Formats: sequence, structure tokens, C-alpha cells
Amino acid sequence: MTSQNLAPTSAPAAAPAPQPRWEIGAPRLEALGVGKTFTIHARDQLALPVLADASLSVVGGECVALIGASGAGKSTLMRILYGNYRIQTGSIRVRLVDHDQWVDVASAEPHEILELRRRTIGYVSQFLEVIPRVSTLDVVAEPLLAVGVAAHDARDAARLALGRLRIPERLWELSPLTFSGGERQRVNIARGLIRRAPCLLLDEPTASLDAANRETVLTMIEEAKADGVAVIGIFHDAEARRRVCDREIDVTEFSPAVRPAAQ
Amino acid sequence: MIGAPLLQIDKLTKQYGQRVGCTDVSFDLRAGEVVAVVGESGSGKSTLLACMSGRLPPTSGGVRFHQRHPLTHVEAWRDIHQDLSEPERRSLLRTDFAVVHQDPRDGLRMTVSAGGNIGERKMAIGARHYNAIRAEALGWLHRVEIDDDRIDDRPTAFSGGMRQRLQIARALATDPKVVFMDEPTGGLDVSVQARLLDLIRRLVGDFGLSVVIVTHDLAVARLLAHRMLVMRRGLVVESGLTDQVLDDPQHEYSQLLVSSILRV
Repeated sequence: MTSQNLAPTSAPAAAPAPQPRWEIGAPRLEALGVGKTFTIHARDQLALPVLADASLSVVGGECVALIGASGAGKSTLMRILYGNYRIQTGSIRVRLVDHDQWVDVASAEPHEILELRRRTIGYVSQFLEVIPRVSTLDVVAEPLLAVGVAAHDARDAARLALGRLRIPERLWELSPLTFSGGERQRVNIARGLIRRAPCLLLDEPTASLDAANRETVLTMIEEAKADGVAVIGIFHDAEARRRVCDREIDVTEFSPAVRPAAQ
Repeated sequence: MIGAPLLQIDKLTKQYGQRVGCTDVSFDLRAGEVVAVVGESGSGKSTLLACMSGRLPPTSGGVRFHQRHPLTHVEAWRDIHQDLSEPERRSLLRTDFAVVHQDPRDGLRMTVSAGGNIGERKMAIGARHYNAIRAEALGWLHRVEIDDDRIDDRPTAFSGGMRQRLQIARALATDPKVVFMDEPTGGLDVSVQARLLDLIRRLVGDFGLSVVIVTHDLAVARLLAHRMLVMRRGLVVESGLTDQVLDDPQHEYSQLLVSSILRV
């Protein structure tokens, strides 16, 4: 006797709708009152205020675009959210991947930030930081290895991701150091998206991509959103922005000139 | 993955008479963590490393190591300078601690074969079976990308990069928890350097080592270290995540260091 016989059979079983991994609409990342000033000591302590009182919050399943003119601080804000740049005021609270617990990136210990990056926050920067002598396949598989996926499975997943982003197979064993700008950017995206994290930061993910790859990347972003990922992106490509982003945040509003002396 | 603290450096100061080695340095090294100490020559990096690894007594301050007693399994923090006898400290340097020197001649026995250099460390902690020791030496040569047929050659017959790889094999053969590296890529050609860095990166990951690496090369720190300390005139002027310090240096001296990197 098989269990199928017991089921009330009628219509062919439809594939179950994919479940989001994280709750759609649940808060994932909240920046509050973030202020950033660069101090250049070599220029007689020259203070360059970049952001003042920047606040934003993002929930699972939505994509928020950071907009504003070049130099407005979009990439700076992105780096702050990732814990790469330090801030003078404010907090960046991020909800951990599998606990209902929040960590403040601005005050976290280094090992806590590394742990956040390992499993909670993904980041695709504009430039792939290449480790010499490491093959493309290993560069892409690395984030999976870091969360304990077996080497064999991680490399399989990397092959799928590279294939999907149309990196020719003959290049997989080479270092991306030798690749063109567009190829490197695709390797960077494959690496950034290979393991699902509930927060995803994308700095110009579609720049320098051809139409087919651009389409693939936008589809990948839509899949991440369906999984309940909170996405924050910078897209110069207005059409791409319209397609995947649910709302826009103008970083110009956080300019210290607009919000002077937010103490 | 980074675990609990393994080594605690507490207000460590070393003075050579009137001259300052390092002053008031405090930080924790966690299990699986790689910390780079950067700064120009004479900044106190190597003094700090020698004190931390038990090879140089500090003037004041502590170096505490979290150790589990091999027989009683009791876990305790012990100060390696104050709580350990000289033989215990020497034993620590053959077991839980290992040092990789800039000059392989300081870490290898140049008149002993490659296999002997690795086997010697094992024998010092009790290994006796010749075939087993030789088999393990071969395994280590393989791991550091030295051909099997070089096992009976002396390091004098090796290139600089090979000597350094052999030194690393010798250091790691006793399964240390903490490895102290002093400019391990200094003086090597860049292509040899890249290969060595990749090797160190893989070994650190595979064995979950905790590493303190002294370097004046910020690219080495970027590639290997989770965290870095910037030293100047014996003081730690800045510390933090490696990418934070390199991409957004706060201290005047860190900014000068980062802005002085030549890019190609």
C-alpha cells in the first residue's frame, strides 16, 4: 500500500508555492540617525561631512533603491551598512539570520561583524577583490564553504551560478584576475548571491552587463525578494530600478548641507 | 569561523633600558582568528610578537593563554611569563605555539634534511616510530607543495620560497593552536609571495589556526587578516576589522600608511 492511495486524489498535485525563507514584510535592517564625516589628517584635519542623520529601514521581500547624484554618498551609505566604514553618530541595527535578535553594526565587535557578513548580510560591491591564484570556481564557492557547506556541493552550486551568468566553462579554473570587467562583475554577483542571506546590498549590479546577463541578474534579484530577502541597491539603470525596486530613498536628503548640525 | 578568546594580551610593555619596544598593548586573539600587526620598521611589531610568543620577557603586563591540561582536562588561563616555568614555556613553543620567522634559516635546521626538519618537531614531543614520522613528513611536504623526492634534501638546496614553505610545514607539524608569523613573505619575489600567501590562507582555514602575523605589507594584511593593529613608536594607534582600517583609516598615521601604498 502506498500513501498516495490514501490521498483524496483529483487534480494533479500542483507544485507547492515556494515558501519565502524569511517573512515578507518583517523588519530586517534599520539605520537611525547615521552621521559620517571623513577627517583628512594630512590636510590639516580637514573635515568632510558626507552624511547627517541618515535613517532608513528595509523589510523582507522589498528592494529599496538608493538614489542621488554622483557624490551624494550612496556608496558610502552602502559601505556603512556593511560595516566597512565607521560612523560618528547613529546606529545600524540588523536582524540576525536565524534569531529574533538584532546587532548594531556601528558598535559591534569585529568578530560579530564578520559573523553578520558570513550569514546575515550579502554585499556585491562594484569591484571584485581578487585573491591571487584562486580559481573562479573557488572564489564563487567560498561563501558557501564559510557557512559549512561541503566542498563538493559548494563547487556544484558555483558551477550552476557561473553557468547561469554565462561565464564560459573553460574560464572556471582560471583566476578572475585575467577576466574582462563584465566577466569579473558577473563572478562578483555569482559570489554575492550564491548563499542566501536575509539582507542583500547591491552596488551597481547591472553596470557593464549585456542585455541577457542584465536580465539574469534582475531575475536573480526578484528570486531573492521572493525568498524574503531585504534588498538595498544602487542602480544607475533607471529601467532596472523601476523593475525590481519597490521604493526609492534619495540620499541627497541626508546631505549635511540639507541637515546641518544634526547632533 | 571565529571562536572564543584564546590569548589575552594585557597592557603589555617592553622596554630595552631607556628605549621603548612596545607600550601598553592590549588585545584578545580568538580561536580561528588572524590578526595582522602592521607599522614601519622599529614600530615595536616584532618586540610585541616575541613577548606574545613567550620568547622575550615583557617589562610589565601579561600574556594569558587559555589552556586545557592534557591529563586532567582542566581549563585555565595561565600567564605564559609569570605562571609557567622555563621548561613549561619551552614546551609550549613546541606544542600549542609555533613561530614562523622571516628568515627560514632562523626556523629551520639547515644541515638536516627536509623530512628531518619536520620529523624533529614531532620527535621533540614524543613521536618515535620512524615510518610513521616519515609518512607524516611526506604528507606535510605535499601540503606545502614540495615534491616527495625532495624529502632527503637539505634546505640549503632549496629556493627561498621553498625554504619558507618548509619552515611553515615544520611549524605546523605539531598541530599548534597559535602561530606567530614575523614577515613570512618578506624578501621573496612577488610571484613566490602570492603562492605563499595563498598557501598560508588555505592552511589557516583548514586547520582553524589562530595567527598573529607581523607585516609591513598592507596587501598581506588585507589578504590574510580578519583584524589589524596599526603600531607606531611602540603604541597601537588604531585597530579594527582589516577592511575598516584599510578603507576608512581614522588615525593620522594609519591614513599616511594607507595613502602611501603604491598601486599598479
